[in-house]
Parts: sequence; C-alpha cells; structure tokens
Amino acid sequence: MTYLYAAYIATWVIHIAYLTSLLRRYSRLRNEINELREKH
Amino acid sequence: MSDAGSLTRSTLIKDLRLEWRSKDAINSMLFFALLVVVIFSFSFDPTAEESRRIAGGLIWVAFLFAAVVALNQTWARELRNQVLDAYRVSPAPANSLFLAKALGNFIFVSMLEALMTPLFIAFYNLRALGPAYQLIFVAVLGTWALVVNGTFFAAMSLRTRSREIMLPLLLFPITIPALLAMVEATSSILTGEFSAKFWIVLLAAYDVVFTIASLFLFDLVLHAE
Amino acid sequence: MKRAFPILAILTAILLSYGLYQALVVAPTEQTMGDVQRIFYYHVPSAWTAGVLFFINFVASIVYLARRNSKVDALALAAAEVGVVFCTIVLVTGPIWARPVWGIWWTWDMRLTLTLVLWLIYVSYLMLRRFSTSGQTPVIAAVLAIFGTLDMPLVYFSIWFFRTQHPQPVMGGGGSIDPRMLHAFFVNLIAFTCFGLLVCWSRYRLEVLRREVEELQALESLLELRSPR
Repeated sequence: MTYLYAAYIATWVIHIAYLTSLLRRYSRLRNEINELREKH
Repeated sequence: MSDAGSLTRSTLIKDLRLEWRSKDAINSMLFFALLVVVIFSFSFDPTAEESRRIAGGLIWVAFLFAAVVALNQTWARELRNQVLDAYRVSPAPANSLFLAKALGNFIFVSMLEALMTPLFIAFYNLRALGPAYQLIFVAVLGTWALVVNGTFFAAMSLRTRSREIMLPLLLFPITIPALLAMVEATSSILTGEFSAKFWIVLLAAYDVVFTIASLFLFDLVLHAE
Repeated sequence: MKRAFPILAILTAILLSYGLYQALVVAPTEQTMGDVQRIFYYHVPSAWTAGVLFFINFVASIVYLARRNSKVDALALAAAEVGVVFCTIVLVTGPIWARPVWGIWWTWDMRLTLTLVLWLIYVSYLMLRRFSTSGQTPVIAAVLAIFGTLDMPLVYFSIWFFRTQHPQPVMGGGGSIDPRMLHAFFVNLIAFTCFGLLVCWSRYRLEVLRREVEELQALESLLELRSPR
C-alpha cells in the first residue's frame, strides 16, 4: 500500500530534516566559539 | 476600586473624543468595510438558497478583517507620544488602560458592523429564518471576543518587526473557537436549522476566560515593552 | 547528565526500530481498512508526543514568568519547536491516512482538527519569538503560550459540537482491538515519547549554547569598543 509507505517515509523525512538542521546550527555555533577562542 | 473605574472611563472618553476629531481614520475604515462587503458579495448569488448557509461565514470574515484594521492602530497614538512609558511609571493599574482601549475598540468595531450589516442584508438578500434577536447576542459576544484578544495581542506586537502582520498572525489561531461559534451561530439562526444556544454559551465562556486572562496578564505585557 | 545522552539515544533508536517492526510486521492487518490502518501506529504516538512537548512548554512558560530563569525559557522554546515538528507529522500522516479510507484528504476529525489549531497557535508562538525585537520577548512569548493553552478546552468543545451538527468521519476508531495491535501501539507510543524528549533536550542544549555564544559576542564587541586594536 503506497499510502502506508508514504506516511512512514514522510514521518522520517521530516524528523531527519529537523535533526539535520539542528546539527547544522550546532556546527555553526562551534565555528563561532572557535573564532572567539582564537581571538584570545 | 473607583479610582480604576474612573481612570478607565476617562481614558475611554479621551480616546473616543480623539477618534471623533480625527475623522480620517473613521472614514477610511468605513470605506474599507464597504469595499469588503462588495468584494465578498461577488462570490455570491443572492437568489440562491445556499446563500443563507454561507452568509454567516462570509459576514464574520468581513467583520474580522475590518476589526483587524481597527485593532492595528490601537496603540499607535500611545506609541507616537510615549504615553506608554508614562503609564509604566505611574501607579495607575494597567488594567484600566487595557479596559479603556478594549472598550474603545469594541465601540468602534460595533459601529463598523452596524454599518456593514444593512449592506450585507441587501447584497445577500438575507432574512433570518430562525430567532433573529439572538443575532444581537452573537454580535455582541463575538465582537468582544475579537476585540479583547485583539487589543491584547496588539500590545504584544508593539515591539516586533512587521507589526501589522503580527497582530492577525497571533490573533487568528487563538480566536478559532470563537470564530467557529460566531459563524455557526449566525448560520444556525439564518437557516433556522439548528439552535444557536450552545454557540452563544460557548462565546460567553470564551469571553469570560479571555477577559480575565487579559486583565490578569496585561500588566506583564505592558512592562515587557 | 550529558554522558547519558549517547546511551539514551541508542536505546531510543532500538525502541523505534522495534516499534517499526511491530507496526509493519507483527501487528495484524485491520479488517475494514487494511494495511493503511498501520499509519495509526505513527499518527497517534506523534500526536501524543506533541501534546507532551506542548505541556512542557506550558509549564516552562509559567515557571519562567515566576522565576525569570533564562534556562527555563530556553526549555520552553525547545519544547515548542520540537512540538511543532511532531504536530506537522500528525498533520501530514492524517490526510495520507484519510484519503484511501474516506476518499477525502481532510476531515474535521477531532484529533486532526485539535492538532491543526495547536499547530497554528505554536507556529504563531515561534513567529513571535523570531520577529520580536523587545528585550523581554520571553515574557511575551510565555503569555502567548498561556493564552494558547487556555484556548484548548474551548477549541475542543467547539469542534465537538460542530461534529454533532455536521457529522464527519471518525478516524482510527471502532472495533475491538487485538492485543497485538495494542502492543504495537504502546511500543511506538513509548518510543516516540522518548525520541521527542531526547530531541527536545538536544534543542534545549543547543539553545543554551547559542545564548552563551551570543553573550560572549556581545561582550567581545563591548571590549573592542573600549580598547580598539
């Protein structure tokens, strides 16, 4: 049943997209922290 | 207690007087209300029987748009003249200011509705098949629901980018149960198919809950600006 | 606390996999709806998790108004954001389920409509957070969260009565439940709750870190103004 798989796949696509955005924000923060550290 | 009451009354009278003097705002809003009625009526065939079914929804959406235009300038004058700072440092209860603003908005929006209604009746060829007197309750309770939250959210949106769009963004989701009640009550009364009593009670409950919440929490919002 | 995170993450991943296995393989096929009914094992637990997260936001908002603790506010923001993610999933899986079963994409089903309104309220909450230029945004946001939560009983009753006057399809109900279905349901319920809480915790820590960096950067620019290099 394609609807069933569509629902499950959609669920995980949304979760993975959100987690990816979290990771990206986190690495950007890490870069900023390193920049701040280098200044001292 | 009487201090708060007289403060509310004097603020309200001052606001009404100022609004009346600057008739520009009133005139432009009246014209806007008329335009909304006309444009909405293009989607309508007044001779069709289904008109009565949809009219309730269309009327309240039109009232909602008109109300938002009025609500958006609730605090404009206060912002311009730094009145809010004065209120913040004065010992006057914040409630009085809020109540005065809300009542002023209520009077103003009711005026708009009173002017739009005959136009709707004409364009949509409306005639209530149910108890028409109940429409007064729906109008009063419904308008207060929109105005009490609208005035509160207008204060919350004061320090935001795109202030004008922020107000409806915040207002619309929270008013959904009230809007549903207004629309369904109006449709029930117009079509005469159902009783509007439950919806009117729901509107009253909504009004009580959010009037109390607004009075309680306005102080926080006023000082948060 | 931080060291527990990887372990909890692995445990949650195992639970989720087990839940997936239960939902797709072990649980029996439903009589009337067929295999599509299995969406239920993802749809309802997501709604439940969103509710838990929004409840956390509500409590955090109240605690923030009382204590004005910045970390509590960070938790409120995190819970709201992750809650919206789970709400979105409910709103996506709902129509996907409704279409083959009822032939229509949308129905004013109680759970679906409640989720829609909750989603709208919390998206407006997140927009307020993003667009507010006030220094006291957390206070204003907390007040909005309280308003939103006060709204929910009213939303419930309005939808309930609307449905009695305009009969609508009921999703996911009816019939006796096979114990294997119940088992699959509860596994996914617990799995998604843990998953939601874990993601919320991650978002919380990200927010706390972000605020620390912001403060440091503000301090930086202050110091540079004082003694330019």
